Amino acid sequence: MERRTIFPGTAFPIFLVLPQLLLTVVFFLWPAGQAIWSSMTRADPFGIRTQFVGWENFQDLFTDPLYMDSIGRTVVFCTSVATLSMGVALLLAVCADREIRGRGWYRIMLIWPYAVAPAVAAVLWILLLHPQIGLVGRALNRHGVAWDYKLNSTQAMAVVIGASAWKQVSYNFIFFLAGLQSVPKAVIEAARMDGAKGWFRFRTVVLPLLMPTVFFLIVVNFVYAAFDTFGTIQALTQGGPGKSTETLVVKVFRDGLINLDVGGSSAQSVVLMFGVIMLTALQFRFLGKKSDE
Amino acid sequence: MHRRTLLTGAAALASVPATSWAQPAKTKIVFWHAMTGANGDEINRIARDFNASQSSVELEAIFKGSYPETLTAAIAAWRAGQAPHIAQVYEVGTGSMLAAGPAVKQVWQLAQETGLKIDPATYLPAVRGYYSLADGHMASMPFNSSTGVMWYNKDAFETAGLDPEKPPVTWAEFAAAARALKEKWAVPTNAKAAGPEVMATTTSWFAWIQLEEFSAIHNLPFASKADGFEGLDTELKFNSAAHAKQLQMLLDLAKDGAFKYTGRDNTPDPVFYSGQAGIGFGSSAGRADIVRNAKFKWAAAMLPYDPAVSTQPNNTIIGGASLWTMTSKTRTPEEYKAVGQFLQFIAQPENDALYHQHTGYVPVTSGGFEASKKQGYYDKTPGADIAIQSLTRGTVTENSRGLRLGRLPEIRNIVYEEVEKALQGQQSAQTALDSAVQRGNRVLREFEKSVRT
Repeated sequence: MERRTIFPGTAFPIFLVLPQLLLTVVFFLWPAGQAIWSSMTRADPFGIRTQFVGWENFQDLFTDPLYMDSIGRTVVFCTSVATLSMGVALLLAVCADREIRGRGWYRIMLIWPYAVAPAVAAVLWILLLHPQIGLVGRALNRHGVAWDYKLNSTQAMAVVIGASAWKQVSYNFIFFLAGLQSVPKAVIEAARMDGAKGWFRFRTVVLPLLMPTVFFLIVVNFVYAAFDTFGTIQALTQGGPGKSTETLVVKVFRDGLINLDVGGSSAQSVVLMFGVIMLTALQFRFLGKKSDE
Repeated sequence: MHRRTLLTGAAALASVPATSWAQPAKTKIVFWHAMTGANGDEINRIARDFNASQSSVELEAIFKGSYPETLTAAIAAWRAGQAPHIAQVYEVGTGSMLAAGPAVKQVWQLAQETGLKIDPATYLPAVRGYYSLADGHMASMPFNSSTGVMWYNKDAFETAGLDPEKPPVTWAEFAAAARALKEKWAVPTNAKAAGPEVMATTTSWFAWIQLEEFSAIHNLPFASKADGFEGLDTELKFNSAAHAKQLQMLLDLAKDGAFKYTGRDNTPDPVFYSGQAGIGFGSSAGRADIVRNAKFKWAAAMLPYDPAVSTQPNNTIIGGASLWTMTSKTRTPEEYKAVGQFLQFIAQPENDALYHQHTGYVPVTSGGFEASKKQGYYDKTPGADIAIQSLTRGTVTENSRGLRLGRLPEIRNIVYEEVEKALQGQQSAQTALDSAVQRGNRVLREFEKSVRT
């Protein structure tokens, strides 16, 4: 049974939730409202002449083949980052979830990258992979591999995916490790007595019990890959070469803050906002149902 | 205890009017800039010198990040009524600032209102032109101006059997030199086993140097309507046969390994001064960094030209930034006057000369140039006047005055994207330029709509 506390009157409850409401209004509703408003206007950077244009910015956006390319690119990028970082994290978590010497250190080292700021992480990757100054980049070129992510779209995409996934592995690792540790020992032992071994036991017993964690992490990783990778991409490739690493959030930044196209950039932000709302709704539906069962 | 603090506070408050009455308050003005490193220290020096030179104005110089960041910050501040008195805006932001109407006070308006004398004739024509209206009125104050130059590694030239005193003058000579450098200097055996990659040639600022400067030198329009000076309905024109030939030459050299694209804007700069490139095109403002870092003999030369397009090469156009006077509702006439005083201060020949010699930017006034000459600066540092020679070559035409295009940073970015595609072999030179022009024109139309409504 749930315990409910009923407060008399309405003033006191309102007072209690007021700080949270205020934060939501000031830091979410207000800016989001502003974004929606400016997405329907065309204005010069200074906001001297502002004209209401309705859906025109959105129409421009969805008839622009470059924007559609950017959406496709973002989906590929997010899927790759989520798959790679979750796969590696799960592998590492399974390895860490047993009695090994120096387990504490091993875990700390794995969690470390999470504390590195995106731009700093990108600089580390540049020092490694830059074709002219990078340690690995130079070695590759010396050994006859034409490595130049500044001028090779495929390599550039691989670099930003790798760098972004690397940063998220720690986060996923923590959750997977916690998830693995909460799998009841009794279930595993029962499976073992039934003769289920290694991979089979993992796939049929552990993984289903880990599914809530997996779903949660899929949503978190997609949101991470879509938004928090901006610093990494901007520092590594600025969206280039060509447009090959320009994801939606990089495009919002470029159009809004460098090209000073406030209306178009806001329209893109609104599209992104609806993307996140949908992802979150999906997660609530999925996880909500799971826990109802 | 509490009461005592209150009392002290009250006393302090009471004493404020007394002191300000005894000593007239200085007019405080704020200057937002985007200069880092040695150039940033130089701004602080100028602020110190200005504050020491008179007693009525106090200037505070604040670093606001990169050029785009500074511009964005200034715009946001203006919208909030908190604009700085002076903002340093890069040359490609000029089109946007001119459309800013009430947000800025143009130099000629400032001079008129404050009665201060600011004579456009004292500025170098190539500098003045970029920041002036079509009728010759100056809109913003020229400050740090540079131009595109060709830096070359004299040691590499010797190894490659080229005459280090005779840098290539035409693009054909450049291509020959690039191939020679590739054959005889930038060979793997010459590079230390674990050393950095060595390449024949590279370029910074691809869009600026290889297209914008190329157009100016050969008197080709970069855009219609006199490069945008005569109307917002301008269209890009840099997909001519001559432009395509130039880009194709670079693509061919890249294919043969005699030219290497190493990034956008100024990111390729270190490639030259670390000794990894035989020739590196870049801004003349890169001089300070080269002096500090290069461990080889180097020199600067003017950008090459193509005699098949024009036998009389013209002046190059400037890069860098200018100073814009910004407005605010609470701004007083005294403050505008103080801004004017500062603008006058930096334009004085000795100050202009000092800034030029400390940074590698060109003197923006002829007085500053003359003063540097008199001090024997160019005898002591040969080649330091290459940028000035380049800017003052020929007569300024409507194709070499500068660019007056809205959202030019975005257009440059489009150029980078299309060129990068061409360098990967995904499209030809002509297709790349056509598509850049087409995409760029859409940006110009958007800009036109946004400032016309």
